[in-house]
Amino acid sequence: MEKMKGKAWVFGDDISTDHIAPGRLFHLRSDLPELAKHVLEDADPEFATKMSKGDFVVGGNNFGLGSSREHAPTIIKIAGVSAVLAKSFARIFYRNSINVGLPVIICNTDGIEVSDELEVDIDAGVVHNLTKKTNISFAPLPKVMQKLLEDGGLLNHIDKYGDFNLD
Amino acid sequence: MGQTLAEKILSEHSGRAVKAGEFVIASVDVCLVQDGTGPLAVRQLQKINLERVAHPGKTVLFLDHAAPSPRKELSNDHMLLRRFARKTGAVLSEVGDGICHQIIPQDYLAPGDVHVGADSHTCTGGALCAFATGMGSTDVAIAMALGRTWFRVPETFKIQLMGRFPEGVYTKDLVLHLIGMIGADGATYKALEYHGKTVDEMKMFGRLTIANMAVEAGAKVGLFPSDDVTRDYLQEMGRGDAFRPISPDADAEYEKVIKIDVSKLEPTVSFPHTVDNTRTMSQVKEMDPIHIDQVVIGTCTNGRLEDLQVAASILKGKKRDKDTRLLIAPASRGILMAALKDGTLQTLLDANALILPPGCGPCVGVHQGALGDGETCLTTQNRNFVGRMGNPKGFIYLGSPATAAATALTGRITDPREVL
Repeated sequence: MEKMKGKAWVFGDDISTDHIAPGRLFHLRSDLPELAKHVLEDADPEFATKMSKGDFVVGGNNFGLGSSREHAPTIIKIAGVSAVLAKSFARIFYRNSINVGLPVIICNTDGIEVSDELEVDIDAGVVHNLTKKTNISFAPLPKVMQKLLEDGGLLNHIDKYGDFNLD
Repeated sequence: MGQTLAEKILSEHSGRAVKAGEFVIASVDVCLVQDGTGPLAVRQLQKINLERVAHPGKTVLFLDHAAPSPRKELSNDHMLLRRFARKTGAVLSEVGDGICHQIIPQDYLAPGDVHVGADSHTCTGGALCAFATGMGSTDVAIAMALGRTWFRVPETFKIQLMGRFPEGVYTKDLVLHLIGMIGADGATYKALEYHGKTVDEMKMFGRLTIANMAVEAGAKVGLFPSDDVTRDYLQEMGRGDAFRPISPDADAEYEKVIKIDVSKLEPTVSFPHTVDNTRTMSQVKEMDPIHIDQVVIGTCTNGRLEDLQVAASILKGKKRDKDTRLLIAPASRGILMAALKDGTLQTLLDANALILPPGCGPCVGVHQGALGDGETCLTTQNRNFVGRMGNPKGFIYLGSPATAAATALTGRITDPREVL
């Protein structure tokens, strides 16, 4: 994959899918571009207007906990975020992100501050913090997930092979 | 080496003996989507021209989260799911029928099934010893269409329960205590397995409450063995044939064993804004009184007949505090009818409760009881995240139906043992 470059937007621990795509906007779930204008609204009401295409969402522990709503990673992607970096992810959010083609990276995010310029090299497994001049390495995705991400998500994978082809 | 429940069920469904850590393609028996996640699942299948379901009689589309629909956009989503059901033969559970996690265990699941649902609380089915887990819309869409999905076989934490529950302490208090102890990510990617004499004696409604909240500790599934309690429940539901006993092997390998003596537990409450932010009633009593604006009894966690009966026993002959609204949402029409028949509903209405239609009620923040700015709610649901009940400026506390009923009486968070 190509290297990704952008600014860091830092959130804390336990960012839930209710923070990302609140239940009160349930009626917008079938209008994802509209819902994306509210992405992460309950964690930072101005996030959607402040961020630029290519930026990174940076979390702490247990990012994406809660509901199974795939709309959460989907609108992060539609908003133009290039990847989510966190110390750990909740299971369903992590799997959903891969399915919709949003890179999710498990790494030590402690030293990353708001507005730091980051460059992420997925193939090399390293986050370059260009502002702090530090490198953070991360482990590659499990093979199954790598394959799904390479195919552009689960739907494209099934469309391509007609079935699971993960071996 | 022996197998855990998760390893056993996933071995059966992938045609080979598997161990924790392996990736498998497993057959799927029962699928669900609901009105918040189903429309996206259907659109995904339409995109790749795969609008079909592998097991129509065991694929259920629920209209429960926005039921009845409060907005035209959601009405249109409901129409989309109804059309998909007609086209594919999948089962539609209509507005007013009830919550997915109530209907699936009572009418569809069998011990040893693999069950996936586009709803995180699909893990409720673990109470019947089904490998039941929540996934996103696309995962479940593909599972519906192909009858298969992929899993990483989880490692298992064994939760060994002993002792008898003291009066006023329920399975909800136990599961809140457990999550408070291990944390909201304490079991991420893991399976939980419940054992011990306390489990042998625990009725199905209590098991369903505990299994329902497995995901609140990050777990993939919360499994109970299939035993006499399971058999009795299935017989009661008119599905005795679905029963088969399942238990883990004696030499199964567990990543961790957590022991809890339930006789030492107290009524427990999760404070805003995470489920693991728990306090015992002893701790609550040392704080300034916490006024509660709204009490909710219901949801997939605690909306069963036994839950409503506990609340009614506390509220009998009394009125809710005049400054505390009391909303009650039975988990299904069957529960509503049973509560009507046995007088539970009359007792609750006499206490000035409002009865909501069967369904998810105010838990998801879509309708039926959104909080005002700065308002507090004590609810029997499973989540108290920022914004959960329709307003990021609301404060949500979680507790048992008994704690909820006691709190409705006094208008502040109250130990049910004080009013029993």
